[in-house]
Amino acid sequence: MIKIWSMKKNEDAAAKKKPKTSAAQIRVQKDLTELDLPSTMKTHFPDPADLLNFTLTITPDEGMYKGGAFVFSFAINTNYPHDPPKVKCTQTIYHPNVDLEGNVCLNILREDWKPVLNLNSVMVGLQYLFLEPNPDDPLNKDAAVEMTKSRDLFISNVKQTMKGGYLKGTQYDNVLSRS
Amino acid sequence: MATTTTPNATDWPGRYYHIDQILEKAGPRTDPEWVPGDKAKEWLREGVKVLVIGAGGLGCEILSNLALTGFKDIHVIDMDTIDISNLNRQFLFRQKDVGKSKALVAAEFIMNRVPGVKVTPYHGKIQDKDEDYYMQFTLIICGLDSVEARRWINATLVNMVDPENPQSLKPLIDGGTEGFKGQARVILPTITSCYECSLDMLNKQTQFPICTIANTPRLPEHCIEWASVLEWPRVFPDKKVDNDDPDHIDWLYKQALNRAQEFKIEGVTWSLTQGVVKNIIPAIASTNAIISAACCNEAFKIATNSAAFLNNYFMFIGTDGVYSYTFEHERRPECPVCGGEALDLTISPELTLQELIDLLIERQDIQIKKPSLSTPTKQLYLQAPPQLEEATRPNLEKKVSELVPPNGDVTVTASTLPFSLSLRIAYT
Repeated sequence: MIKIWSMKKNEDAAAKKKPKTSAAQIRVQKDLTELDLPSTMKTHFPDPADLLNFTLTITPDEGMYKGGAFVFSFAINTNYPHDPPKVKCTQTIYHPNVDLEGNVCLNILREDWKPVLNLNSVMVGLQYLFLEPNPDDPLNKDAAVEMTKSRDLFISNVKQTMKGGYLKGTQYDNVLSRS
Repeated sequence: MATTTTPNATDWPGRYYHIDQILEKAGPRTDPEWVPGDKAKEWLREGVKVLVIGAGGLGCEILSNLALTGFKDIHVIDMDTIDISNLNRQFLFRQKDVGKSKALVAAEFIMNRVPGVKVTPYHGKIQDKDEDYYMQFTLIICGLDSVEARRWINATLVNMVDPENPQSLKPLIDGGTEGFKGQARVILPTITSCYECSLDMLNKQTQFPICTIANTPRLPEHCIEWASVLEWPRVFPDKKVDNDDPDHIDWLYKQALNRAQEFKIEGVTWSLTQGVVKNIIPAIASTNAIISAACCNEAFKIATNSAAFLNNYFMFIGTDGVYSYTFEHERRPECPVCGGEALDLTISPELTLQELIDLLIERQDIQIKKPSLSTPTKQLYLQAPPQLEEATRPNLEKKVSELVPPNGDVTVTASTLPFSLSLRIAYT
C-alpha cells in the first residue's frame, strides 16, 4: 500500500480534493450554460434551482408547423449522460413522430444516444422534427400514412389540429403561439 | 492494526501452506522494498479490511475466494434479496434462503464454512454509507451489475482522496460480466483512470427505436418493450413500473402476449418479459468465476505488495474461443470526476461574487471566459439560459462569504475549459 501512495507523490503532486458536486450535475450545468439555441427555441425552469427538470418551447419559423408553440418536458436523471434525458411533448399534437401520449420518436433520445451528445443536440433534433417530419419512422401511424398519401391534406390536418381542432375522434391542443 | 499474533485456535498447522509460499519470499518482480515473512502474513490476516460491494453472481465468488485466500475481515453490502433464479450460480444461497437478504445469508454462509473469517454484512444501498464508513477499508472490490452504483462509488472514492493523508486512497477493483464477456480493472483513485474516464466505452444496452416498438414489431422483445415503454405509462400515467413486483411483470407479460398474437410473433414468455424489463443479460457461472478470481488475485497482490498488480484493465471475451487483453486505460483530462483543474483560492470575506468572477477571468493561468459557478447545493451564477442568468444575477452583488462556507467547493464551468474547474475557497 505504501508503494501506491509513492506513485501518487511522483506523478500527481498537485492533485487537489474535488468537490462533491455530482458528475451529472456538473455536466448539466455545462450543457445548459453553453446552449446555443436559435430564437425559435426557449427553455423554461419552473424551479430555477432545479436544473434537472425544465421545458423547451419550440416555435418553428418555417415549415408546416409554423405559428405553433410546442412544449416539451425534459427530465434528467442522476445517471446523465450515461442515460439520455427523458423528453415528452406536453401537448396533444398531430405529428408523425409524436404520439398522442407525447412520446417522441427521435433516434438520439433512445437507441442512438451517446454520452458525447448533449442537451443542445437533443433540442436541435427536436426542432428538426418540426421542419422535416419523417413519415418513414412513424409513432402516430395515421398522421404518417396521411402525410405519405396526400401532403396537402396532411398540411390542412396540421393547420386544423394546431388550432385545437377535432380530427378522427381526437381533440388536439391549441398550440398557436400567442406572441 | 496487528501487534503480535496469538495463534488463532482456528488456524491449524499448514492451513495457509500454499499462500505462505508467496508471502515468505520475494519473486523476481516483487517491489524491492517489500519485506516478506511473518509481518506480511500478519498484515493480510489481521490488518487488512476489505469491502465487497455486491453479493450476487460475482459477489458470492469474491467472498469465497477472499475467505479462502486468507482475508479475515470482510464486509459486504447488497441491497437485494435472494430470488429463486439466483440459485444456479450464487452458490452461497439455498432454496430456503429465497426472499432473505443476500448480504446477510452470504456472510453467514462464509463464516460457517471458513473458520476464523469475520464477514460483516449490510443489507442496503451503498449510498446509505458515508465517507467515514468507506475510510475504514484497505481496499474495495465491486461485483455490481449497475452503472449508476459504480459511478457513485467511483466518485465517492475519488472525492475521498486527501493529498495529506495516504490512508484516504482506497484502491478499487471493479469486476463485471455480461454473458461470456467480462472485465476486471484496478482503479487507484486520482492516480489511474477512473470509472467515469471510461464511461463512453461502455456497451450500450440494446434499445429498439420507439417507432419500431409502436408500429412494426418483429421480435418478442419489441412487444415487451411496447408494453413497458408505451402501454404502461398510457394506462397508469402516475405509476412507475416496479421491476421487482411480480404483479407488474405479470401485467406487462399479458399485454405483450396479446400484442404478439396480434402481430403473429412467437416467443413472449413470462421470464423473457422479466428479462427484457430488468435488462437481464444471461449470467454464466464460469465467466463470473474467471472475473472474480482475477479481482481477488489483484486484491491479494495490492493488499500484500507481494507481486505486481494489474495496470489497469483486463478484458475477457469468451464468445469466440478464449480471448483476453490487458491494457492501460488512460486518464481523461476532461473527466468530470478525476480530471479537471483544482485551485485553492484565499479571498477577502468582503469580496463579492462579481469580483470573484472578474478575478477568475483575469487570471492568466486558467484563461477562462464567461464562467458559470455553483456549489454542490446551489447555483451561484449561470451565464445562460437567460432565465437562469436572471435568477442568479442578484448573487453577483452578494459577498462570496455569504454564499460559500469556509473551505467550501465551487464548481466552475465555461466553454473554454475542457470540463470544469473546482475552487476551494478560503477566507483571509
